[in-house]
Amino acid sequence: MSQTATMPGSAPAITDLAVDARGPRPKPFFTPTKIIIYTTLVFFSLYFLFPLYVMLATSLKTMPEIRFGNIFALPTAPNFDAWFKAWGSACTGLTCQGLSPGFWNSVKITIPSTVISIFIAAVNGYALINWRFKGSEIFFSILIFGSFIPYQVMLYPLVIITREMGIFGSLQAVILVHSIFGMPILTLLFRNYFASLPQELFKAARVDGAGFWRIFFEIMLPMSLPIFVVALILQVTGIWNDFLFGVVFAGPQNYPMTVQLNNIVNSAQGTPEYNVNMAATVLTGLIPLIVYFVSGKWFVRGVAAGAVKG
Amino acid sequence: MADTAANLGEGVGVSTRPGFLRRLFHNMPAKIAALPMIATVLIVFVGCTIWTIYYSFTNSKLLPTGKFVGFEQYERLFATSRWNVSVWNLVSYGAMSLVLTLGLGFLLAVLMDQKIRFESAFRTIMLYPFALSFIVTGLVWQWIMNPTLGLQGTMRNLGWEGFTFDWIANPRMVLFALLIAGLWQGVGFCMVLMLAGLRSVDDEIWKAARVDGIPTWRTYVSIVLPMMRGVLVTAVVLIGSGIVRLYDLVVALTNGGPGISSEVPAKYVINYMFSGGNIGQGLAAATMMLLTVMIIMIPWAYLEFGGKGRRS
Repeated sequence: MSQTATMPGSAPAITDLAVDARGPRPKPFFTPTKIIIYTTLVFFSLYFLFPLYVMLATSLKTMPEIRFGNIFALPTAPNFDAWFKAWGSACTGLTCQGLSPGFWNSVKITIPSTVISIFIAAVNGYALINWRFKGSEIFFSILIFGSFIPYQVMLYPLVIITREMGIFGSLQAVILVHSIFGMPILTLLFRNYFASLPQELFKAARVDGAGFWRIFFEIMLPMSLPIFVVALILQVTGIWNDFLFGVVFAGPQNYPMTVQLNNIVNSAQGTPEYNVNMAATVLTGLIPLIVYFVSGKWFVRGVAAGAVKG
Repeated sequence: MADTAANLGEGVGVSTRPGFLRRLFHNMPAKIAALPMIATVLIVFVGCTIWTIYYSFTNSKLLPTGKFVGFEQYERLFATSRWNVSVWNLVSYGAMSLVLTLGLGFLLAVLMDQKIRFESAFRTIMLYPFALSFIVTGLVWQWIMNPTLGLQGTMRNLGWEGFTFDWIANPRMVLFALLIAGLWQGVGFCMVLMLAGLRSVDDEIWKAARVDGIPTWRTYVSIVLPMMRGVLVTAVVLIGSGIVRLYDLVVALTNGGPGISSEVPAKYVINYMFSGGNIGQGLAAATMMLLTVMIIMIPWAYLEFGGKGRRS
């Protein structure tokens, strides 16, 4: 518009041309290439969004509506009955308490596992960078290669170990296993992060006589907030979504939410209530989804950080 | 360990015992702090793996107490049709999943890299399934692919009588049902990796290619893709080890059915160990999984670390 003012006398119809004359000619928005690009992206977006929509829409319908309606339709009278049933009274093969016990078990598993695994990994990364000892790099290499061993290979011996410790079939066993298998990726994360910090800080503190733990708590930790956030996102979603360790180590009364969900949907007797199933599915996915949408770019960073090798 | 340390102490002319002790206590807090890591490496990653390999050569049934029987478990394993189906499923699913995840991931990353609008919205949409568990993924798709009330039933009710989308109940198509759900969960992740790789390619390369009049697609295939080798290898290793572990998705989506047509090795292992009461068989299957991963990992490790020699 400001350009129009500098061109007195030009008819409104050619104003745009006058603006175009400055600098390189901007490409029109709807070139064939752009149309192809956006069409493809929108098509894939529909593929990615469709299940989320179906999940939510189905969970808000009544059973007759599901039976006689279609899967695309919006619920005619959205109600949360199925959500309440999924939370409080849906039946697994064993009990009819809904998902709520599973939710609390997952909370009780996720919080300690996240804290313990992140703390261990932070200390590991710090020791591996600043306090190398003979063999530390070898242990680290085995740790990283170990993360590619299928869990099934180590599962049965771990069952024996936890049984010998007297914790098999309890929350402690699941927490222990999560702490063990979270170690490789998190240690890698913290090791790479501490390696990127200036070594002078560490050396100065060392010269001033600070020891291992003092430097860790007073210098390293305050500087590593970003990597803690990344590790937190990685662990909370990872542990919340776990199924295998929960089903093997927790024991029926401690089953995490994913296991309960699968039991509600796949081993319930009687006619399946798809609205309740979908409500239960949404509820189980809710925590990771909240973490995902709240963390935004940090989640992407966490995902990328987990993939970048040291 | 102790012997080597002691010998080293002698070598530099220090009396043996104090040399060893000094070595041991040198840097002690770090060693204590690293104990969980050392224990995990020695007990879990090395110890448990060796235990599993050893006991896969025994005829253990309900308890790991059987006697040594050589390769008997392995012979039985490959004579069991369920195992052979599982392996074949993993190979065909794995090949399709790897190619399509990489292909679609790269395609979407290239599209996202064209200075488009709403890039972060598209990324949010493509990556959110990756935040969800395989159980949630499997159950949603199980509902969508439900033959009577899902997509197929809806389309038929809408008047498209011949519409067929019963892959989940069709032994010959069930792997594709698995593939749709698996891709839904994993493609966004691959796209993010690839996009990071594309963005790491220097702008000068693009300018040079443009000056030389090389068509865009050619620049991608012949110049940019080879430059992204690191990201590609990482993606292949991550996707590959994910495929070998494939378990939750199958449990939630099909539970191995119809019949045994969508069984996978990881599920075979768990079933034989914990409900089949045949530990030796489960351990033999687990060892075969380990072998598979080694076959994927060793060339990678060789490529990544073999040529460069040891660091520092």
